[in-house]
Amino acid sequence: MNEKPEKLIDKKGIRLDGRKADELRPLKLQVGVLPNADGSAYIEHGKNKILAAAFGPREMHPKHLSQADKMVLRCRYHMAPFSVQERKSPAPSRREVELSKVIKECLEPALFLDLYPRTGVDLYVEVLQADGGTRCASITAAALALADAGVPMRDLVVACAAGKIDDTVVLDLYDAEDKLGTADVPIAYMPSMNAVTLLQMDGILTADEFEKAMNMAIDGCKKIYEIQKEALKTKYMVVKEESEE
Amino acid sequence: MSSLVTRVKLKQIEQLIEKGKRLDQRGLHDYRPIKIEQGLIERAEGSARALLGKTDVLCGVKVETGEPFPDTPNDGVMTVNAELVPLASPNFEPGPPNEDSVELARVVDRGIRESHAIDTEKLCIEPGKKVFVVFVDVYVLNHDGNLIDASALAAMSALVNTKMPNYEIKDGELKMKQGYTSLPLKSHPITVTMGKIANTLIVDPWAEEEQVMDSRISMAINEDNNICAVQKGGSGYFTPQQILEASKIAQEKSAELRKKLNW
Repeated sequence: MNEKPEKLIDKKGIRLDGRKADELRPLKLQVGVLPNADGSAYIEHGKNKILAAAFGPREMHPKHLSQADKMVLRCRYHMAPFSVQERKSPAPSRREVELSKVIKECLEPALFLDLYPRTGVDLYVEVLQADGGTRCASITAAALALADAGVPMRDLVVACAAGKIDDTVVLDLYDAEDKLGTADVPIAYMPSMNAVTLLQMDGILTADEFEKAMNMAIDGCKKIYEIQKEALKTKYMVVKEESEE
Repeated sequence: MSSLVTRVKLKQIEQLIEKGKRLDQRGLHDYRPIKIEQGLIERAEGSARALLGKTDVLCGVKVETGEPFPDTPNDGVMTVNAELVPLASPNFEPGPPNEDSVELARVVDRGIRESHAIDTEKLCIEPGKKVFVVFVDVYVLNHDGNLIDASALAAMSALVNTKMPNYEIKDGELKMKQGYTSLPLKSHPITVTMGKIANTLIVDPWAEEEQVMDSRISMAINEDNNICAVQKGGSGYFTPQQILEASKIAQEKSAELRKKLNW
């Protein structure tokens, strides 16, 4: 492990990786990357590389888990053993179990669950490389996978974190800032409904700092939302062109 | 999954809340009666039981020695585990921890860890080799809603109650001495959970409200009124305004609870 740098952000407000306080990492999104899935997406967010795949709506297995009045969304967030510095055991950790749950719960408000009773949608998220903020990048990709599978949605769900490093509130923490910073506030958001569907926080913030971090994360979400929509359009523009030929 | 009875009651609960009332006569921001007992398990280094109305959570703390994590060689270790014991509810089943108990454990853990409640540096015996490991085990005995707040109260009360064995190092060997000292604590976070029903925030949702609410938000607040951990749960959403409202309520309620607790 490297020695802790003295400062995570310099006097000019430039962070260790050269970004300004309210600047996102480079982001790349691609839709329809897995042939066998009903819907899929790939995200590169900084050094995060994550695949998401959606299957369904389809019959539930095992059948007794299906519900008579609504669709069931199941989600598994999983990290590849080689995705982090020290090999991670492929068995699901408590962190992965919790993240699977919060990712599922942040996507449910976007779905019309009661329109598809007795069916299930399975969502699989695989983190191939982690660089801080994997839950947010996973959500951004997972929402695209659902949309790509043709599951009707109220809006896309997009996620981004803000946090505090040294004494400054900054957007989109990467690995080192996440570990050495003082607070991290991941948020998932549906822009058209002004709805926060995931909110977690660890670290210590005053109420004012918390408000600032939340608003900064929401602004970040809005920027990623545009890239997300563009990625979805890109796939289907190609499909449209092909069908016209 | 909500039972049929609560589905029928949903309308009633919603209409009452729109008028600022609740089924069990409480105000929207009132806690149920809180009762805390400490030191009821003699075998444990610390223990406490928190009653939140009929919700009943027992927490035991065991202190043992072990190795520190490689990236924090000078710090003791704390782990939180939560058991949704099958005797606590007809809906709890025996077996390995499910996602609900994992989330409960991790939310309680985050409140204690992120507020730096335990002075882990003082739990170091020999840097990089030997430290005290604090096991916080949350045991739900009766589930009547808001397990998060009840568990956080039980856990923090048990840590306040914890006595560590005195020790000395002789020839590189750890030797226990007579007597005990209290676990070194730096902060005492209080977690406040709110549910959203009929687009209104209510504090300390009990079982029937939990079954009809669309989402919840929990915030851990320390002595300085700062926010140290947040968790949104459930399949609904909050607007940013509601989240800021929740943080104000959490600050007020935690200050109010703090006065009543003899930590």
